[in-house]
Amino acid sequence: MNAIENLEKEQLRMDIPDFKPGDTVKVNFKIQEGDKERIQVFEGVVIRLRRGNTRGTFTVRKVSYGIGVERIFPLHSPYIDKIEVVSRGRVRRSRLYYLRGRKGKAARIKEKR
Amino acid sequence: MLKSIVGRKLGMTQIFGDNGNIIPVTVIEAGPCAVIQVKTKEKEGYNALQLGFMKKKPQRVNRPLTGHFSKSGTGPFYHLKEFPIDEVGEYTVGQEITLETFSVGEFVDITGTSKGKGFTGVIKRHGFRGSKSSHGVHEYFRHGGSIGSSAYPSKTLKGKKMPGRHGNSRVTTQNLQIVDIKPDSNLLLIKGAVPGSINSIVIIREATKKRSGEKPGEAVQEDE
Repeated sequence: MNAIENLEKEQLRMDIPDFKPGDTVKVNFKIQEGDKERIQVFEGVVIRLRRGNTRGTFTVRKVSYGIGVERIFPLHSPYIDKIEVVSRGRVRRSRLYYLRGRKGKAARIKEKR
Repeated sequence: MLKSIVGRKLGMTQIFGDNGNIIPVTVIEAGPCAVIQVKTKEKEGYNALQLGFMKKKPQRVNRPLTGHFSKSGTGPFYHLKEFPIDEVGEYTVGQEITLETFSVGEFVDITGTSKGKGFTGVIKRHGFRGSKSSHGVHEYFRHGGSIGSSAYPSKTLKGKKMPGRHGNSRVTTQNLQIVDIKPDSNLLLIKGAVPGSINSIVIIREATKKRSGEKPGEAVQEDE
């Protein structure tokens, strides 16, 4: 078991900021296009954070041109350039699936003081 | 050249590939093995190497095996496996075999003992479909159906697939790709699953069907 833990430790990224569900983040994701590499920014609310070493993922939700878009990122992916925390939200649960059914004003999240 | 080694399955995890995709890997502690006996055509009638894997304390070994191991001068081992080989000339007793003959991207066949499932029915054991769950089926859901005809042949044919013990048998999975090799810790990272439970002994051989290929992760292009 130890060998596997060590392998996973090698893959972990230590430069990931601390964020929680409810926070608004900007994920700078590297995208390979042919030989070129560019960075795409995906900004939205973290609605889910699954931990578990290298297996951890987080889901970011945003509303783009009136359509809800959710994207799941592996937390330790080498293709994440960086994650910026834009604002910290005050929420009372860890999975914010209730945001999916809400629009506009109702989908707001109070900012943490 | 011998391109085989004995290993121990440590379990599975996942790693990130070259283009950020996730590769499921089985971690195998492969080697170091020691050559315990070199079998030659002249003496034993065929050419083969006997390899020992996982060191054992000398006080745990019985007298006959102590004598067998003493010839190699490497000390006793838990597991002995024999590998047929064309030419034995380059091998000497006591020589250490590591996984350096393998390289990343290569395909291997892995043999192990599958997990025992106990006494199972035909659906799990042979992949039968079972019966309908409705339309008047009465207490006949996971059965195998008829086991043969009537007056002729008046018997059930040999080899008929029926319920019974499943698993705990020697299984070879072919064409598994090596994703990474850690020579310092003797670790082999294999893409996909490998037969057997954690800590079970597996034999890693060069693939008989597929020869070396592209690097793992490059084959599959993920579209955005």
